[in-house]
Amino acid sequence: MISKVYASAAAALADIAHDGMTVMSGGFGLCGIPARLIEALRDSGAKGLTVISNNAGIDDAGLGLLLKTHQIRKMVSSYVGENHEFERQYLAGELEIEFNPQGTLAERIRAGGAGILGFYTRTGAGTLVAQGKETRVVNGATYVLETGLTADLALVHAWKGDSEGNLIYRKTARNFNPVMATAGRITVAEVEQLVEVGELDPDAIHTPGIFVQRIVHTGTADGLIERRTLRAREGAAGTASAAAAAGTGH
Amino acid sequence: MPWSREQLAERAARELRDGFYVNLGIGIPTLVANYIPSGMKVVLQSENGMLGMGPFPYEGEEDADLINAGKQTITQLPMSSYFSSADSFAMIRGGHIDLSVLGGMEVSERGDLANWMVPGKMVKGMGGAMDLVAGVRRVIVVMEHVARDGAPKFKPRCELPLTGAEVVDMLITDLAVFSRADRQGMFELIELASGVSEAEVRAKTTAHYRSGAG
Repeated sequence: MISKVYASAAAALADIAHDGMTVMSGGFGLCGIPARLIEALRDSGAKGLTVISNNAGIDDAGLGLLLKTHQIRKMVSSYVGENHEFERQYLAGELEIEFNPQGTLAERIRAGGAGILGFYTRTGAGTLVAQGKETRVVNGATYVLETGLTADLALVHAWKGDSEGNLIYRKTARNFNPVMATAGRITVAEVEQLVEVGELDPDAIHTPGIFVQRIVHTGTADGLIERRTLRAREGAAGTASAAAAAGTGH
Repeated sequence: MPWSREQLAERAARELRDGFYVNLGIGIPTLVANYIPSGMKVVLQSENGMLGMGPFPYEGEEDADLINAGKQTITQLPMSSYFSSADSFAMIRGGHIDLSVLGGMEVSERGDLANWMVPGKMVKGMGGAMDLVAGVRRVIVVMEHVARDGAPKFKPRCELPLTGAEVVDMLITDLAVFSRADRQGMFELIELASGVSEAEVRAKTTAHYRSGAG
């Protein structure tokens, strides 16, 4: 009987990674990135990649690993500010970048996964983003036509998964992972906990298994934090604490 | 005297209303959370996928799976919820967020905003700023009134590439507050920082605006 479960990230990518492919990679910053699958893609040696990902990692983590080895030809992202190697390659003309507004990027992926060719959005109207794109004026407002995105391969990270490929994400590590899972011709999920079918509450599943072709148990995530921001304990002298972002009046 | 960063945030916080869902940008806008009036319910949205953003964690309680859009560690509240980036921007683009406070490099007299790109310099990307200004019901920009070289930043037209066209409802600078009732209207000077004269604002502004006092 066919199984979606692979023994390792390398095994999950072995027969599918190839030069010139388009890859989606989940995560926001370093939060919820498919770190083990990115390493496996690096080790596969596949190059000339087009990578669709909100960010480009940092120099030593996430997609930064694939930049270092010059495996990426083009990035489709909304923000790439944290990566020096990215900047160097871009300024040297070694790397192509297509900036998408973050919500447009998310919706293009959602549309691609849902079989929708394109959609009109106010986002980017009257800006560089709209250049070369069809626009429509409806009730006095200008809308820009954006097209759906799919990929040869989508790499996602989830907290829990079962052998059917059902996935549950944790906190803000969800971000782009669920939409990307729908938009890969092959979607590979790495999960911190892999359980038997029946152990996940069907009402709590974020990504139904139909969207996931391969799943690999990679254990607890690295827990990398880009901006560790703390508040001082009451009574203690404020040191590392910046302003507290409270959600209600206090 | 011009308003400080904190005073700018405090002034922006006066635009909050009970029950508002609010998205705060990086920098001074983030400080607005410190001035939410007591007894007022304001829910902060973080576009990476959270409603009900709580304060920064105590040391030892930080969680790599729980960050805001500035990639800072944060905490959750009893009413918090998490969702995907697509759902997050459905809230933003769909007009479900009441207010966004953003930083700016330039604002034009028509309410265009430029805050993401300086040609010739390394471009980092717009992140969610274009979606926020296009979809959020009310957009407030907080910025210094003039650039470091003294050049006005509230001007007839933006010279930098736009984040959005005709999207700004209110501009709060360290010298003054400009507001308009709708996005076709002209900005009106409605408030001066204490000790700042209307003449000083006029001298440091090239945008056309209506003087509230006039």
